Amino acid sequence: MLLTVVIFLPLLAAAVLLAVPGIPGRAAIGVWIAASAVDLALVGWMWWRFEPGEGASGVVDGLAYEADVQWIPTVDAGYHVGVDGLSLPLLALTGVLFLACAIYSLREPDRPHTYAALFLFLQTACLGTFASLDLILFFVFFDLSIVGMYFVIAGWGHGNARRSALKFFLYTFIGSLALLVGFIGLFLGSEERTFDMVALAANPPLADSPVAGGLVLLAIGLGLAVKTPLFPFHTWLPDAHTDAPAAGSAVLAGILLKLGTYGFVRIAMPILPDAWQRWAMVAVVVGVISVLWGAFVALAQTDVKRMIAYTSVNHMGYVLLGLGAAGLVASADEEARTVATVGAMYQMVSHGLLTGALFLLSGVLWSRGHSYAFDRWGGLARPAPVFAACLAVAAFGSLGLPGFSGFIAEFQVFTGALQAAPVGTVIAVVGILITAGLFLLALQRLLTGDTVVPSETEPDETCGGPVPGRTDGGAATATLPRKASRMADLRGHEMASIIPLLALVLILGLFPRLLLDVLEPAAMAAVELVSR
Amino acid sequence: MGDERVLALLPELLLLLGAVGGLLLGLWTPQHRQWRVRLLVTVACLASAGAAAVALAEPAERVFEGTWVIDTTTGVVRIVVALGVAVLVWLASASLAGHPRETEAYVLMLLGGLGSIALAASGDLLLLVAAYLLASVPLYALAGFAKDSAGVEATMKYYLMGAFVGVLMLVGVAALVLAAGTTGYLDLAAQLPEASPALLAVGVLGVLAGVAFKAGAVPVHFWVPDVTAGTTPPMAAYLTTIPKIGAVAAAFRLLAEPFADVPLDVPLLVAVIAAVSMTLGNLAAFNQTDVLRLLAYSTVSQVGYLFMVVAVAARTDLAVPALAIYLAGYAVTNVGAFAAVAAAPTARTITDWATAIGRPRWIALSLVVCLLGLVGTPPTAVFVGKLAVFAAAWDGALVWLVVVAAMNTVASLFYYLRWIAPAFAGVPAIPVPVEGAGGAGPRTAAGTAQTVHPAPAMVLHAAAVGSILLGLGAGVWLGITSGAV
Repeated sequence: MLLTVVIFLPLLAAAVLLAVPGIPGRAAIGVWIAASAVDLALVGWMWWRFEPGEGASGVVDGLAYEADVQWIPTVDAGYHVGVDGLSLPLLALTGVLFLACAIYSLREPDRPHTYAALFLFLQTACLGTFASLDLILFFVFFDLSIVGMYFVIAGWGHGNARRSALKFFLYTFIGSLALLVGFIGLFLGSEERTFDMVALAANPPLADSPVAGGLVLLAIGLGLAVKTPLFPFHTWLPDAHTDAPAAGSAVLAGILLKLGTYGFVRIAMPILPDAWQRWAMVAVVVGVISVLWGAFVALAQTDVKRMIAYTSVNHMGYVLLGLGAAGLVASADEEARTVATVGAMYQMVSHGLLTGALFLLSGVLWSRGHSYAFDRWGGLARPAPVFAACLAVAAFGSLGLPGFSGFIAEFQVFTGALQAAPVGTVIAVVGILITAGLFLLALQRLLTGDTVVPSETEPDETCGGPVPGRTDGGAATATLPRKASRMADLRGHEMASIIPLLALVLILGLFPRLLLDVLEPAAMAAVELVSR
Repeated sequence: MGDERVLALLPELLLLLGAVGGLLLGLWTPQHRQWRVRLLVTVACLASAGAAAVALAEPAERVFEGTWVIDTTTGVVRIVVALGVAVLVWLASASLAGHPRETEAYVLMLLGGLGSIALAASGDLLLLVAAYLLASVPLYALAGFAKDSAGVEATMKYYLMGAFVGVLMLVGVAALVLAAGTTGYLDLAAQLPEASPALLAVGVLGVLAGVAFKAGAVPVHFWVPDVTAGTTPPMAAYLTTIPKIGAVAAAFRLLAEPFADVPLDVPLLVAVIAAVSMTLGNLAAFNQTDVLRLLAYSTVSQVGYLFMVVAVAARTDLAVPALAIYLAGYAVTNVGAFAAVAAAPTARTITDWATAIGRPRWIALSLVVCLLGLVGTPPTAVFVGKLAVFAAAWDGALVWLVVVAAMNTVASLFYYLRWIAPAFAGVPAIPVPVEGAGGAGPRTAAGTAQTVHPAPAMVLHAAAVGSILLGLGAGVWLGITSGAV
């Protein structure tokens, strides 16, 4: 019951916002903040009361706050939700990040009611996906998150927002239909004909038909890979990110990408253990390619936001490397595979916080100068020291410096994966170097040197119709006379949204047991299920 | 008739009573008081639906010497058609109120609904032909009801095509009678496996052509866009909803009973019809700028999904619930989408919706729900329907069809978004090709003040809510239809 309240409380607040148009704009955002804060408090309470259990616990047993109601009895699909060590950290991440976005949007001037209502709707969709223990319910929330995000990008984005939104919708919708086809395959392949994840994981379907199992895994993997996104299905991501509003990008990268990787841990691995073992090497290879591809392409960007977007591809690659290594049963012992899985899960939380902070910081740039181009900004450390400090912390966290959560995550991924896939791991470590380089380069470009700020009087790029090519746009504007003017530092609500995220990154980096205590039993359970 | 239970046909009798009563009442009612007829027709429909719901709890039976089948499929069609006609009468009232022939329109709508139910319930080829006529003739009159040139052209096209396909169907029935010597479905099912393959092929093709025409499936779908765009929006909603429901159910029964064990691969034929319908419907919808034509092609593609479950009618027990939920979901959502057009009759193109609509936010929201519902976005009814249909088709060994349908669903998203984006944000999703020369459909001055008719707007909101509620309450609906409740 508590979990149901947590999931649907934001939706209720959204309905109130839509139904009562008389609420003033600021108050509408206030309702949003209040609803998100209450929701986060409830998730915190759940965390407080949650018993992680001893040894392997999660996925098929040790589920807390369960609710199970029949929905479509003919195909045995139902409203089955519950929490274990895999989903609880992501539920908490969702609560934290949405609250941060709500605070950040305090001064959102444009149609605040609909904006707040859409984000609250999205929050319900994301919480619901993480809490689902039924494939159809998972799919319902998964698809609704796409719909919500489409409207956020199309309605409040900038630049070529509608085209990007359309691209995002079409790409991820293809993915979600592949997922649906895969789910139907699991349903028909199971003995008792059910969509219930717990029942399917306890008695995995298609165990004795490797071809069918492989094809179903292909469909599910395709669907999740588009969402994650993994190379070569990542091409929707930079456009969607660049043109989305800052809070939208933060949610898209921080939460929505995790729906994909979470699907691998929750669905692909425990329900198709046989196929996952057989094809784990593919996951490792795709993960490593994503690591390198994301890093190299990010290095070449001239646009801050696109760069951050590509680092997401890179970071999600580590997750896949860890999860793939967890499936290489023959070449690694159980301990190593558990460490890899824990690292992958840790990376999801860590990346959510870091990339959320980075995108909100890039939103600050947009609000000050309506540009993300590297060559139109410079020397920001002098006029905006708090902004510079936050950006530096987020960047160092992202490149995996010890003391931040990213280090704990990547260290575990590499430790766990080294035994199973030594070559892939060594190649992936190179990705860290490139990421370090590109983040340092970005810091250098933005924070050091003479202060350069786009002047307010310059024509707004958004009004100039479709920009033929982003790099061209950057080059063209570089010839304009640069005008140094004041760059306002972070305002109160911006600090209140970004600094807590960075503080959490630091806490999780210094005291990893807080999260590991919850993650480890569930990861152990997932690894045991895979090695069946 | 002796011991036949006449009351087994109570839902149909109530509809007939409503039609006759409405006609008589209309004769003695002044023109400005014709709402009485509307009320009577609505009451008759609701009573019929209620009687049908009660009948669902009873075991399946065949009455009148096996010609009239009363089972889950019939029950679903009875309820959906009766409720659909009741809603459509109110949807049409905005444009029909005070019309000199108002009563006639309502009565014809009832009779067409009766024909649709008869299609679904027939267990005999001759009754199927009679039902085909009953589901066609009133519709010809309704299509041209406005008596304007577009409507007359639409009616002519509809009528000529209907007459042609009717002949094909008669040839098919004659061939089957020649092959098996009987017209009853159960006897046919026993006799046809040994019949001559040539006769059988002619028979199967002819009969399927008839039901495919009523359903608006490829290759006999040509009437759909012209009739939809030529007639008024409420009539377009009627013509693309009510007869399709009965026709799909009729095809389902044909595949499940007489054609179940024939030596031809009829399921493959139907699967190909399904695949081609959804693909061609989607491809043709891509470039439409007239919202009615867009919806017309969308109904063609929706019939493709419905025919998926027809193809596996005899192969899996997941088929009947899939049909039950998809038919109901399709009816609700499709009526909702057409109600949006009826609510703003002057906004006929996508650009009109971009520039003029968007201010009444609730209309835009309900329209988005209905259109996303047609795509099959959860948790709407069509999503549950698609899920059930996909599962049934896969279970019936048509995995390739599931893949085709999934790809088509993605493709359909594209043109629905072309309409959703302007309706929601007030700006086209992608640059709309320059309209003018060669464009289809009547054009209106963009940006002019739009009046929103209250009755269709209410239907639109009700359909949006109904689509979500039916999706969330799919278990309840399936429980009712299977007679468990």
